Amino acid sequence: MDYVAAVEGSTAAIGYGLAAIGPGIGVGLVFAAYIQSTARQPESSRMTLPYVWIGFAVIEALALFGIAFGFIWAG
Amino acid sequence: MFGQANVLAAGQAAFPPSVDDFYLPAIVPWGAENAPWFTKFTLMIWLAVGVLIIFFLATYRNPKLVPTKKQWFAESIYGFVRNNISVDMIGHQGVRFAPYFTTLFCFVLLTNAFAIIPFFQISPNSHIAFPAILAVISYVLFNYIGIRHHGFGKYFKHALIPPAPWYILPLLIPIEAFSTFIIRPFSLAVRLFANMFAGHMLLLVFTLGGFAMLNANAWLAPVSVVSWVMTVALTLLEALVIVLQAYVFTVLSASYIQGALAEEH
Repeated sequence: MDYVAAVEGSTAAIGYGLAAIGPGIGVGLVFAAYIQSTARQPESSRMTLPYVWIGFAVIEALALFGIAFGFIWAG
Repeated sequence: MFGQANVLAAGQAAFPPSVDDFYLPAIVPWGAENAPWFTKFTLMIWLAVGVLIIFFLATYRNPKLVPTKKQWFAESIYGFVRNNISVDMIGHQGVRFAPYFTTLFCFVLLTNAFAIIPFFQISPNSHIAFPAILAVISYVLFNYIGIRHHGFGKYFKHALIPPAPWYILPLLIPIEAFSTFIIRPFSLAVRLFANMFAGHMLLLVFTLGGFAMLNANAWLAPVSVVSWVMTVALTLLEALVIVLQAYVFTVLSASYIQGALAEEH
């Protein structure tokens, strides 16, 4: 069969693009909530900050698993 | 897999950087591939250990009531970790763990910082081995603390059985076990590793991409400047990630210890 057009490269790149959608939305929600809570109650900003980073880290881990597994299974 | 790292000076920079670029030639014997005994990473780790020991010894050798500049610097690092991480996360018991968290924070911060310090320019944490050992230390610590605080049986009962109706427990217990004893150390290690790995990869893409465009043709050559400007901008982003990941690693360790010490679920 003749190819009219072909794309070369790893499909892992597409996979990672898809995998980053969820964590992207999630991280956005975390910071949106933090900004909103700080705007409503400025004195709570220091109190909520550790939870922001924990939430951020837990969500971000998914995107980073995507990078790591992209390389592991790129094979 | 363990190919020679990219050599810029020889003009043979291979453009899409790959995992091979993380396996640098050894220092002793010089330039050897696959020699595990003394590499740039070995040097950086020992350097980080040495610098931290000497820094804290030197700054606290002769503490004054009115602190000198160096003492103030060391005390603010310790004070930050103690007040903003240990005590904020764990409560008044957190003071006990402040030395561990300070060591952890400084060590991760310094080894991460090698990613953007000229001539080092790669972080040891971009190899999973180093974050994995750090995660294992925190893992052993929070389990040990929990077992010592509650006793063996009560600690596991506490960690595994949430207050829920009995019919949902067969579903919840495996989830709790999986998330507490497997996912926690794994995600702690992978988070740090993947951040440093991705950061280094990003810088490589833009640096080597600049060289690739410079060598491609006359029309693309000026665009390489844009690529290098991006490298500078991403180095600043990397600086942010370095501090953030050191902080996040320490805060999560603190939150796991807090979970192990907590009285009720």
